[in-house]
Amino acid sequence: MKAKIYVTLKNGVLDPQGKAIESALAGLGFDAASNVRQGKVIELDINESDAAKAEAALEDMCKRLLANPVMENYRIEIAS
Amino acid sequence: MKAAVIVFPASNCDRDAAVALEQATGKAPAMVWHQETELPECDLVVLPGGFSYGDYLRSGAMAARSPIMDAVKKRAEAGARVVGICNGFQILTETGLLPGALLRNAGIEFVCRTVDLAVANSDTAFTRAFNNRPFVAFPVAHHDGNYIADEETLKTLEGEGRIAFKYVDNPNGSANDIAGIVNEAGNVLGMMPHPERAVSPLLDGVDGVDFFKGLVEAA
Repeated sequence: MKAKIYVTLKNGVLDPQGKAIESALAGLGFDAASNVRQGKVIELDINESDAAKAEAALEDMCKRLLANPVMENYRIEIAS
Repeated sequence: MKAAVIVFPASNCDRDAAVALEQATGKAPAMVWHQETELPECDLVVLPGGFSYGDYLRSGAMAARSPIMDAVKKRAEAGARVVGICNGFQILTETGLLPGALLRNAGIEFVCRTVDLAVANSDTAFTRAFNNRPFVAFPVAHHDGNYIADEETLKTLEGEGRIAFKYVDNPNGSANDIAGIVNEAGNVLGMMPHPERAVSPLLDGVDGVDFFKGLVEAA
């Protein structure tokens, strides 16, 4: 089973990288772009056939390592 | 006083910390590899600066989950003093021994210079040796030193005198100009500036001498 985990900065947490990307986009003439936020995507294979068990394991991975709840949110996506 | 310095892959201030500790205590600290599961007998554990695990995932995230950290947590809970400097501070927040997190510097750039710090609380185990001096100067060298915590945590830190150091001229956007904080019990300190890089006139700074002397006296 393949999974993707999207880790994003919480609302209100300053994202200087997003801001830099935004100003680079503006420099290229993309004035319509705003509120740029940078996050990360973690892809992995999980050796588990039961989707509920896989989801529980992924949830645990996020809580214990992949995301820092002080500053980040996460979203788990399991590919069928 | 017996001290131990934890060495992670890509720690790069571990030897600086060892030199500063040896200068203060007269004996070399134990250097403990992160894969160990037990700490030697010691009164002080130092988590050194550096870029453990290349800052992969988040600064300090991988190091915080390495085998030795369970022993460090237990030792901290038992009352031993633990000091995390720079990457060590990031590791302490990642383990939950200290609240909050350290984000990318607000100005994006890596900051590397000596900064003036206000000793925000002169009555911690880590700042008493400054003898009520209002300011000290230590170098900073970091990319992720922008301290954040929720409003309530910041209020608690301020209210309980748990902010040990504040930047005089904030180099990284840290909330409340925070440069270093202690835990509720007062035995764990995390700070972004590097006292171990200011222990000799040759290094252009000597305020670290008092810092490490203080650690010995508190033992």
